[in-house]
Amino acid sequence: MIKSSFHNYLGALLFAVTLHSCTGDSQKKLPIIGERATEERIVDGQTVVDTVYHQIPPFTFLNQDSVLISDKDFDNKVYIANFFFTHCPSICPTMQRNMLKVYEKYRGNHDVAFLSHSIDFKYDSPSVLKSYAKKLGVDDERWQFVTGTKKDIYGIAEKYLVYTKEDSAAPGGYDHQGYLVLIDQNKRIRGAYDGTNDEQVAQLMEDLGILLKEQ
Amino acid sequence: MRKNLIAVLGVSVTYALAVYSCQPNVSIETAQYAVNGQKLYGVHCQNCHGAKGEGLGMLYPPLTDTAYLATNRAALACIVKNGLEGPVIVDGKTYEGAMPGIPQLSAVEIAYILTYVTTRFGNSTNTYSQDEVKEALEQCQ
Ligand code: HEC
Repeated sequence: MIKSSFHNYLGALLFAVTLHSCTGDSQKKLPIIGERATEERIVDGQTVVDTVYHQIPPFTFLNQDSVLISDKDFDNKVYIANFFFTHCPSICPTMQRNMLKVYEKYRGNHDVAFLSHSIDFKYDSPSVLKSYAKKLGVDDERWQFVTGTKKDIYGIAEKYLVYTKEDSAAPGGYDHQGYLVLIDQNKRIRGAYDGTNDEQVAQLMEDLGILLKEQ
Repeated sequence: MRKNLIAVLGVSVTYALAVYSCQPNVSIETAQYAVNGQKLYGVHCQNCHGAKGEGLGMLYPPLTDTAYLATNRAALACIVKNGLEGPVIVDGKTYEGAMPGIPQLSAVEIAYILTYVTTRFGNSTNTYSQDEVKEALEQCQ
């Protein structure tokens, strides 16, 4: 008896939450992730306080066509970034399989881009990345696969709040997190999703739609 | 105590049958092997070959080519244990990749996995037995 009334309560609660999230949907905004600071400015003799959000700093990397690309190529775009390597035996295939689903869904939409950083700076040259991209089924410039120096790649991973490390004890020689990181039109982090978890990938799909409506 | 054991056994058989009810002509032993194999498949194979054995683009071949699985039945144990490199034709497409072997798997674990793969993705209805694994491994090239 107690159990069933608890279940009723749970049911009602779930129902209420579902209702709420339905009606609230149109105004829903994604959080801005990372440390923030405030900055004071004087405008017309008045002090104005601005919030400065964590941003992905400028970068240049070599892509799968041996062309240098930079943060400028992602200006005014929403993009998803991740860290992987081509002969990674553990989490990467699942992560890339899921990223590919998003890539396929947004085929033809050039406001959405994808950026995979190889953390295997020794083996993953542009030609290795090119062959990998082709085999994965990537055939346009919306999805970039990049390589760079160890310092630059591991340094930028920190800015995306993703842990990466060269580690001979890890499968394939590198330890890293399988996050798909959602970046907005102003290079701010708006979400991070475990690329090996179906529920989180579904959430990413949903949040990407919300972010694209934001201006 | 005895009763409990029977109950547990009953539940696990029912579970195995429930999972495999779509394939009515497999034995209980085959079904149990396949249930154990499904778990191991999730740990060791699924990341590359996919939850439904669908593979991934031209990077990882699917495990759903029933003809491939049937003709290369003996080689499957070697592939799992020692890996595979070089061109391989699956579903009419040529894959040129490298699969790392998983040498730490025991004969019974390989038997579980291959029973799962060959009955779920292939069209076999038989257990890929431990003896079959051991025999196959002696013949690996
Ligand atoms: C790191 C990724 C990876 C993992 C993990 C992996 N495989 Fe493979 N597998 C491959 C690749 C790549 C090939 C193709 C190799 C080639 O081109 O020679 C392959 C080929 C095969 C083949 C032969 C071709 C086909 O598609 O039928 C079989 C069978 C197979 N794998 C079974 C398994 C089983 C069972 C497991 C788990 C015990 C497993 N693989 C784990 C990457 C992987």
